[in-house]
Amino acid sequence: MSRIITRRRFLIGSTLTASALGLSGCDALVESPKVQSILKIAEGMTMKTQRALIGDDTLAREFTMADISPTFRANGTSMPDGAQYQDLLSRKFSTWQLEVGGLVERPTKLSLAALKAMPSRTQITRHDCVEGWSAIGQWTGVPLGAVLNKVGLKPEARYVAFHCADEYEKTLDGSGWYYESIDLVDAFHPQTILAHSMNGRDLEVPHGAPLRLRVERQLGYKQAKYLMRIEAVADLSGLYGGNGGFWEDRGYEWYAGI
Amino acid sequence: MENIDALTHGIGGRRVLIRRHSLTVRLSHWLNVLCMTVLLFSGLQIFNAHPALYWGQYGADNDPSVLSMEAVEEGDAIKGKTRIGGLSFDTTGVLGISNVDGEATARGFPAWITLPSYQDLATGRRWHFFFAWLFVINGLIYMAYGVIARHFLRDLLPAQAELTPGNLRHEIVDHARLRFPKGEKARHYNALQKLTYLFVIFLLLPVMIATGLTMSPGFDAFAPWLIDLFGGRQSARTLHFITASALVAFVVVHVAMVLVSGLFNNMRSMITGRYAIDIDDLTEVKP
Repeated sequence: MSRIITRRRFLIGSTLTASALGLSGCDALVESPKVQSILKIAEGMTMKTQRALIGDDTLAREFTMADISPTFRANGTSMPDGAQYQDLLSRKFSTWQLEVGGLVERPTKLSLAALKAMPSRTQITRHDCVEGWSAIGQWTGVPLGAVLNKVGLKPEARYVAFHCADEYEKTLDGSGWYYESIDLVDAFHPQTILAHSMNGRDLEVPHGAPLRLRVERQLGYKQAKYLMRIEAVADLSGLYGGNGGFWEDRGYEWYAGI
Repeated sequence: MENIDALTHGIGGRRVLIRRHSLTVRLSHWLNVLCMTVLLFSGLQIFNAHPALYWGQYGADNDPSVLSMEAVEEGDAIKGKTRIGGLSFDTTGVLGISNVDGEATARGFPAWITLPSYQDLATGRRWHFFFAWLFVINGLIYMAYGVIARHFLRDLLPAQAELTPGNLRHEIVDHARLRFPKGEKARHYNALQKLTYLFVIFLLLPVMIATGLTMSPGFDAFAPWLIDLFGGRQSARTLHFITASALVAFVVVHVAMVLVSGLFNNMRSMITGRYAIDIDDLTEVKP
């Protein structure tokens, strides 16, 4: 009997402690590094489960012309500043070149004309922002896999990183440049394209002119805009904050499938 | 009456503790309390990143919304406006605009109901998805137990006789008058409880998970039929919100019923498993 009372006392005691901590205590809990590292278990579980369920080459839903959003909201940077981008823009990107390097056999530079001359894929897909809104648009571009096959990945390459022309957060150490990364499963997915056109026209500046990435089974922040350089890497720790992307360095999941 | 009964049957023989909730039910219940609390507060944090809801496949700033919470300038003042369809409400101080550290701040839901209290979508998502996993695993274990241990058949499936209009009307009237079953009748859930729990377990909670998964671009590639089932990702997001609201309403009524029908006895039964009932005839006692 005394054991039961002790247990009941314990239960009442812990309930009181929990309510005394209240919501104000939640923020302290939220900021604990140990709690944060435990919560990150969920990202790995989500990625492993989704990858096992989906299958590497399964396509994201494609829509029809009638489904396209009347206005496609532009998010993040809508006009990169900096003299280099302004110069490229003023020449209508005729002097722009996409650098493809890192762990590749034949580092290459590709002009916009050269990219447009390659076989392309057109897809009407839904863009899901991490904030919750969605927009549907039509994208035309070169499958990333074709570009990677052209330059030849070295065997140690595991990820493909995308370096962008926009410094989204001004910092003293330059850690605010936008970048993203995906693994080879997504890099060689048929819908993963380097899009140069949207809704049948050349990509506009707010949407990432002259070239943006489309990774259709992940959220909006993976769809890096204003691409300047593609780099094949063995791991992500050497890039900026080491988490594989601008938003990933600011706490968001690297696997943005949900 | 009570005194006479007590005299007739002798003292101490009238009140018996029966085994009401199994350990699995008790554990899954309290884990669910934890999960649903965190999921609600972190969910409102996620909602606040874009405090508007749409219907259909797409929806963003320039598309018509079915619900929105905004901070609107009116003359010198900034007001919180909540719009549902064509109706607009002034919700200053609570929705659309509320105080954060004494300063009026534009945000959907107020700081005291979001996790974390300040605007931080990344952290809200981390908490939401961790506890979503815990919630799903807990739910699967409960479902398996419910079938194998015949918990659903034995405790939750109403008998034909309980579903007659007469009985249901009688139970609704009793509930409204806060008259709860006593004696042998208190051994089991009444029909209203059974129907409510079945509705929550087999409809609201699965819809919550399914609409949540429909918002995932990865899961959509695996199960595009979910997008069709809910009429689009933005419809799924709206249904996620509506279903969450329904669950909050359920919890409010549930907790109120726990309070008015005997807080101590109910809490004891969900913590230790033992529930006290009054028995008129000692020969009926089957502990």
